[in-house]
Amino acid sequence: MLLDIKNTLKEVTSRVNIGNYDGSLEEYLCDILRKYSNDVYTKNGNVIANFGIRTDDKPHILLDAHIDQIGMVVTYITDEGFIKVSNVGGLDKRLLSAQEVTIHGKKNILGVICTLPPHIKGNEDEVLNIDDIFIDTGYPKERLENIVSLGDYVSFRKDFLNLVGDRVSSPSLDDRCGVVALLKVAEALHGISLDCSYTIMFSSQEEVGERGALIGAYDINPDYAIEVDVSFGLTNSENPRKCGELGKGAMIGFAPVLDRCMSKQLVQIADSCNIPYQVEIMNGETGTNADRFSVSRGGVKAVTVSIPLKYMHTPVEVIDVNDVQYTANLVVEYLKRLH
Amino acid sequence: MLKNLKELCLLNGISGDESSVADYIVSQISGYVENYHIDSLGNIIAFKKGKSCSGKKVLVSAHMDEVGLIATYINLDGTIKIDTVGGINSNAIIGRQVTVNGLFGVVGSQAVHNIPSSQRNKQPNIQDMYVDIGTTSKDETLKYVSLGDSINFYSKYEEFGNEYVKSKALDDRVGCCIMIDLIQSELEFDTYFSFVTQEEVGLRGSKVASYTINPDYAIVLEGTTAVDIGGSVGEKRVCTVGSGAVVSFMDRRTIYDKELYNLCFEISKENAIPCQTKTMIAGGNDSGSIQLSRRGVRTIAISVPCRYIHSSSSVMALSDAYACESLAKILIPRVNNL
Repeated sequence: MLLDIKNTLKEVTSRVNIGNYDGSLEEYLCDILRKYSNDVYTKNGNVIANFGIRTDDKPHILLDAHIDQIGMVVTYITDEGFIKVSNVGGLDKRLLSAQEVTIHGKKNILGVICTLPPHIKGNEDEVLNIDDIFIDTGYPKERLENIVSLGDYVSFRKDFLNLVGDRVSSPSLDDRCGVVALLKVAEALHGISLDCSYTIMFSSQEEVGERGALIGAYDINPDYAIEVDVSFGLTNSENPRKCGELGKGAMIGFAPVLDRCMSKQLVQIADSCNIPYQVEIMNGETGTNADRFSVSRGGVKAVTVSIPLKYMHTPVEVIDVNDVQYTANLVVEYLKRLH
Repeated sequence: MLKNLKELCLLNGISGDESSVADYIVSQISGYVENYHIDSLGNIIAFKKGKSCSGKKVLVSAHMDEVGLIATYINLDGTIKIDTVGGINSNAIIGRQVTVNGLFGVVGSQAVHNIPSSQRNKQPNIQDMYVDIGTTSKDETLKYVSLGDSINFYSKYEEFGNEYVKSKALDDRVGCCIMIDLIQSELEFDTYFSFVTQEEVGLRGSKVASYTINPDYAIVLEGTTAVDIGGSVGEKRVCTVGSGAVVSFMDRRTIYDKELYNLCFEISKENAIPCQTKTMIAGGNDSGSIQLSRRGVRTIAISVPCRYIHSSSSVMALSDAYACESLAKILIPRVNNL
């Protein structure tokens, strides 16, 4: 049975990966990948699956999406039992007040980020820095210390929501939707013979500086790389020049650091196969793993194919699931033509 | 005790739109009261006979409404512009899940990456936020949402930590819950109860309910601001979760009746019911309007300390709600005997 995009997104967003967590997301992904490849493993936090027989006369392409997500890490427990944290990746400080979180200690427990109520707060204009926030777990210090240790991770605690039509909302859709798109690629290419071999990598630690991608690309040593990440979806207050529209297809990246031929080929393929797409023009690095791939070892031709996502780095990210399918279709057609 | 708390908190009822809360409360109290009616502002006014009549009219009151959002405009891209109903900090609105007419939505704004760095440390402005229900055009949104519709926070009721509760609307469903318990128990004296509307937009329901009932004494059951959070010390904590019922001498709307204030602490001492006062003059509740009703009403409030009040995720200790209920149970007959 084919993978259902919404259900799979719900499964992968319900599992947490902040700076390498407990492995349950990795295991879940390995189980799916093993249906399509007999060479699946995890290495240094990256999930890697190889497809096809790699030979010198065929190109090898790396398809990557990152599995980590933004979150927090426990740095201190106060005498009153409140947890102090630091950020893992870039957080939106404006929305931390009274936000619900899960602390991944010996067991998962609820926490609420402390905030001053409006009756007390007055008109203070500044929002709290990460260093100034406290998390309330309802436990006194003695009991909390039996559950939570310094270095434990903290994630936003929100349900996966089905919105009207084909849109969904959840924390960590950045970049679990890219992960699901690549699962759809593996599914679609299963049993099809290609003139290339390929590796799917679900890389770790993107949000703290594309670290998993750095070592993974060195190890895999591909000729080409496609990074499937998210990019800015147009909201009511965003600049349309800098955003893609939800539901209108993958955003094919054009940037000085990307391979222009790959970008153009993707556009041609999308046109000829009637796959909806948009272009994303960047004027330097892309802020994605593609920046690491292109300068890996002696250089790799790299491109970005990004899924438009609204409210990036919030616990209420929104995507259109059709874009996940369009992205998968585009990557599939590219690989069918790569030789 | 408190068996209705979860159901009450999960019901949606922002100010001016409290009917589903009222329906539930009516289902819980009918059969336990002599009579009740719903007045023109949606207040439930109930009278329960006790074993005897003291000749004094005592009113116990709690408010049914909660803070939330209201749809004010539909953008061309289908998102919904909002305003607050009741006082909510804008940084407790952005990035939340909500429900609108049974549909899920989220409160979005411009991605933090795309706003000027000088703005990233500033309180976001509600004018820059919108509710996104997944629709893609104004016409599509209008199939589901009309201007003026209520938008509620979506947050689960969860017990956690040291017998704490996290939920939306603890202010003041916990008061409603205690009142249902009182109504379902046997009372010494005849007592009036009002479950009132529109507290969060200016203590409005209680104003007309107390006019109608015309009581001699009033006891308001509330949720109040506790700031015993990380980084807060001394008097700035206002009151503390886990330290019992809150009885204050003064807040921004009321200077409480001194005799009733002292009586509460007397009862607390005699019966070993934990009780505390507030260490800052802050907030306000229906006591303010009830006390000034007609010729004046002798009024006291008994409150459950709540952290993060007026957010989707307020926190209280069950033990404090029990303390409030125990205190109210003893206070009602004592007031009748004054």
